[in-house]
Amino acid sequence: MRLPRLYFAVAGSGFRRYATYRMATAAGVFTNTIFGFILAYTFIALWNERPQLGGYDQSQALTFVWIGQALLASAALMGGGFQDEFQERIRTGDVAIDLYRPIDLQMWWLASDLGRAAFHLVGRGVVPLVVGAFAFELALPGSLLVWALFLLSVFLGVVVSFALRYLFALCGFWLLDASGLGALSMLLSLFFSGMMLPLNVFPGALGEIVRWLPWAATLQVPADVLLGVRQGGAGIAGAFGFQSVWALVLLGCGRLLQKVATRRVVVQGG
Amino acid sequence: MTGEESVDDDGFIDVRELEKVFTVRRRSGFLRRTTSEVRAVDGISFAVPRGEMVGFIGPNGAGKSTTIKMLTGILTPSGGRLRVAGVDPWKERTQLVRRIGVVFGQRTTLWWDLPLRDSYALVKRMYRIPEARYRANLERCVELLELDGLLEVPVRQLSLGQRMRGDITAALLHDPDVLYLDEPTIGLDVISKARVREFLLNLNAEMGTTVLLTTHDLSDIEYLCKRVVVIDHGRLMYDGVLAGLHEVGSSERTLVVDLEREMPPIEGVHGARTVRTEGPRQWLAFPAAASAAPLVSQVAAGYPLVDLSIREPDIEDVIARMYAR
Repeated sequence: MRLPRLYFAVAGSGFRRYATYRMATAAGVFTNTIFGFILAYTFIALWNERPQLGGYDQSQALTFVWIGQALLASAALMGGGFQDEFQERIRTGDVAIDLYRPIDLQMWWLASDLGRAAFHLVGRGVVPLVVGAFAFELALPGSLLVWALFLLSVFLGVVVSFALRYLFALCGFWLLDASGLGALSMLLSLFFSGMMLPLNVFPGALGEIVRWLPWAATLQVPADVLLGVRQGGAGIAGAFGFQSVWALVLLGCGRLLQKVATRRVVVQGG
Repeated sequence: MTGEESVDDDGFIDVRELEKVFTVRRRSGFLRRTTSEVRAVDGISFAVPRGEMVGFIGPNGAGKSTTIKMLTGILTPSGGRLRVAGVDPWKERTQLVRRIGVVFGQRTTLWWDLPLRDSYALVKRMYRIPEARYRANLERCVELLELDGLLEVPVRQLSLGQRMRGDITAALLHDPDVLYLDEPTIGLDVISKARVREFLLNLNAEMGTTVLLTTHDLSDIEYLCKRVVVIDHGRLMYDGVLAGLHEVGSSERTLVVDLEREMPPIEGVHGARTVRTEGPRQWLAFPAAASAAPLVSQVAAGYPLVDLSIREPDIEDVIARMYAR
């Protein structure tokens, strides 16, 4: 099976494509950093009123803010990435060309989005986190093992995020204009990943529910791994298990929907 | 390979009673919708032997692209039977796509922000083309399509003609058995058109590639294809040699006569009718199969004839007449 080499090449070209847009990267880093400061001061006010809110102390809460900013682009927590491009190809009918290729559509886009995510993790993740660490007292781990587990968890989170966006993008086969759904997908992700407020702060039954939704796998779970909230064999296994199950379920749904979509596809335009 | 039946070369592409029906829903009131059926392809049958070059023509919306999409396996037929190289394109699309090449005049299969060479490298990986074959094919295309010096240029910077040649190369790197071309010369200037046509003729002659071509440019067909298939309203209107279209289209030749002076339309010429007058010049239409000699003598006998010429039927007129029926 030499096929994976193709997907590595696709991931590589995804990485390079985003790497060429330096100004966009710089602007993104700037935005993430400013956004991080705003959220950080809000959280300080909140945790001063309610210490130990959601089981985090203040430095953990602040760490959560900066991890969120570091992963915002990489895990595409505000949408985007391959989603816009794929939707555009469905809208214009260019997706027909993808179907003429001896490739697996889902694997192809997954590879290209992983390449993009890898670039964004480095290009847009590192600087905001470093700035945050200098400006505030963060609860970052000293152990390399925890960092490695965190990176693995981020990887699984990106796969879940991809699988979710793939499902939304596929709806473009039925809807002539999927931009409304794109906005919905962004909103859901923004709230249910924990980007606006950590999920363990969500009250009562709502909190119980959102912590089990797939979006939790994209930010909340990796953050908890880094913060040591999820630790030890059982804690880590639980985190990876949660992410992997969602990844498999959603990728599976994506394959099914893809099958239906391409079966009844009316590729638009001559 | 799975599903490969014994393919006799005569039925390399075999289409029988092919149908495609789309259901169209239309809003007909508040929350109310009516559905109607559109028969985009309505019982088409034809067969293409290996190594033939066939031109597909028909007006916009005739069902050409829908037929091609079914032949390439990205649309499911609603009815009928369809085999390309012995396999059912829809059921074994992923297997079949390795054996076909597709070129769209209005879309590109290349990657917008990558140089041509990188696009080709991805294609090589995708089709798992052995190094030696990849090199030979690329060299051949670069030479014949004059792509030298363009390989390092990102696709977005190529002109339409250059991009088109780049696209044709991408479709041929894996030695496809069948090449589908959808309007390959649309928007190209005369020189680029000639280059693309020359290349396709050469490809067909040397590699024996079966070529299916849709176009609105009939000179493409005249230059490239001995056989044409005319489709209109989802039905097969004509399938045969290009020259035979004249008979089917009940085409007419035109006798143009110049008289000494302006006169009322010529009358009483048996087997012809006057279709136009302009000053001393008059146009008489008569069946393409009939001889012009008796007409000329009749006109010369009754009118002061100065000069005359005979105009052969125009292929475009013939087809326009077929569409109008």
